[in-house]
Amino acid sequence: MNAWLRFKDSYLFYSFKRDPVAIISFTLFFILLLVGLSAPVIAPHNTYDTSTFDIMDSELPPSWMDEGSQDFLFGTDIQGRDLFSTMLFGLRTSIIIGIGAVIFQAFFGVGIGLIAGYLGGRLDAFLMRVADIQFSFPYLIVAIIASAIFQVAFGVNRYEQLAIPLLIIIIGISEWPKYARTVRASVLGERNKEYVEAARVIGLNRRTIMLRHILPNTLTPVLVISTIQVPQAIMSEAALSFLGLGMPITQPSLGSLIRAGFEYIFSGSWWITFFPGILLVVFILVILLLGDWLRDVLNPRLYKG
Amino acid sequence: MFAFIVRRIIQAIVVMMIIGLIGFAVKNNLGDPVRDLLPISASEAERVALRDKLGLNDPFVTQYFRFLGQALKGDLGVSYFHSKPTIEVIAAKAPATLELVFATALIIVFISLPVGVYSAIFPKSWFSRITMGLSTVGVSMPVFLTAIVFIYIFGVELHWLPSYGRGETVNIYGWESGFFTIDGLKHLILPSIALSSIMLPLFIRLIRSEMMEVLETEYIKFAWAKGLHRKRIYLVHAFKNTLLPVVTVFGVEIGILFAFTILTETVFQWQGMGFMFLEAVERSDTALLVAYLVVVGAIFVVVNTVVDIIYGFINPMVRIAGTK
Repeated sequence: MNAWLRFKDSYLFYSFKRDPVAIISFTLFFILLLVGLSAPVIAPHNTYDTSTFDIMDSELPPSWMDEGSQDFLFGTDIQGRDLFSTMLFGLRTSIIIGIGAVIFQAFFGVGIGLIAGYLGGRLDAFLMRVADIQFSFPYLIVAIIASAIFQVAFGVNRYEQLAIPLLIIIIGISEWPKYARTVRASVLGERNKEYVEAARVIGLNRRTIMLRHILPNTLTPVLVISTIQVPQAIMSEAALSFLGLGMPITQPSLGSLIRAGFEYIFSGSWWITFFPGILLVVFILVILLLGDWLRDVLNPRLYKG
Repeated sequence: MFAFIVRRIIQAIVVMMIIGLIGFAVKNNLGDPVRDLLPISASEAERVALRDKLGLNDPFVTQYFRFLGQALKGDLGVSYFHSKPTIEVIAAKAPATLELVFATALIIVFISLPVGVYSAIFPKSWFSRITMGLSTVGVSMPVFLTAIVFIYIFGVELHWLPSYGRGETVNIYGWESGFFTIDGLKHLILPSIALSSIMLPLFIRLIRSEMMEVLETEYIKFAWAKGLHRKRIYLVHAFKNTLLPVVTVFGVEIGILFAFTILTETVFQWQGMGFMFLEAVERSDTALLVAYLVVVGAIFVVVNTVVDIIYGFINPMVRIAGTK
């Protein structure tokens, strides 16, 4: 209760109330997150269960069109699955992979940045050189090549079974340098401050100083980057799935739904691509807008471009 | 300066050796050349003899250096599917990708510069507001989705433009070019616009904010006070100083553009390197996959090294920062 009152009086909440874009995007984000995560409960059809859909229902247009059926709000895809339910499940997969990948890369990157920045010396030079080198390759190229290698190594079937954890690892690996560099930069700023010296003087060990004293003070930039990294991870996942290197069509993400729909766009079935596409764009847009707002609030000195 | 160049080149060589190591590890673990070369009926003795002859029983390190030696001579193995040296396969596909990137870069330059400068000079006009709004939406739109929307509107519904392949090409000294036929150019329109859509918002925003910052500086105020013509202030004094950071970012982003060609080529079935790479993955053509990895890695390493060395000449800070 006390925490809630403090939050209510905070600058964060104050500026949130005054910004209609932030309110709308937060509401949409929250609804999409809730709907996505509770897909197994609220979706009208279970699209993972092959016995519930019928090939005779395939490629039905949305329900408000002439040949549409009342059962299927946004129509059906090529296998006769309800598109609306498939989209909910797809959103869920995209959220899980997007957030999972960001947690993975943040954990990895923050750890490396903390160690490199605090310990310094040879280790720092080596780790930052590795980060620089990886940074000189575009993350998407790294992710595409890594997933291609994994797919050939595991074989298509095995890869599809392990797709979610593998994608989290692949996207995480391709983007960790951003976190490592940012955290290292702020650790270098904090390392020689008096409170760290005080902690050292009272004899705390290095691990405690790093984790309990320095780490909390580097978290604001981490939060700010995360608002860019989450949509980027979701986009990477969609791109990989679109290329056929991500989620299989049996457990589709939004990207693989778009890929599946694209094959039938020439025959006029636009809805299989259109609705998942809109959902993906809206979801990414809301997170980006929310991130813009958060960045302005947390760092008012930043030049607004 | 000399020490800086040497250090940079040594680093480039080390990175290439690591890329080679990854490529070799993939090749070593995923492909079995003996199975590919011999018929199924071959006896065990024949297999062992061939393994010895190909040097597959040598230690890993020996094999790795042999692989590096061959790669230096331009021999990256033979593609199982195309039954041609992989380097030839890639070289045949490279012009398509390069032309796509080139056309896209032209579009980016010719649209983002005027739009960015205009919206910096008149930030409150309706045109600038719409551009800024669109660019936020543009950033959240994945390139393959833009491409699909283009295909649906201009290819499927309106039938204005062709939506797949490269069309008619002319062979100029071994370079298959689509720049010199009407058909080739028509095929280029949709892919290059779709690909440029990913970078345009970023560049318009960048140019706008750089230009707005420059317009606030003292020397621009001085130029106004001198009574110079506004065209001269905007286009000569302000614009010139906006360009330097923009050019720097452009160099980096071209590399990222290259990554996005893989997506664009897939949608438009553009017969370039990205399309070839995905086909290689689908066919488990390990040799071609490894060759692509090494070639793309080499391109990036060379470009980065050259860019760094040029920076070293321009900006002495870079040279000193590298020293420890």
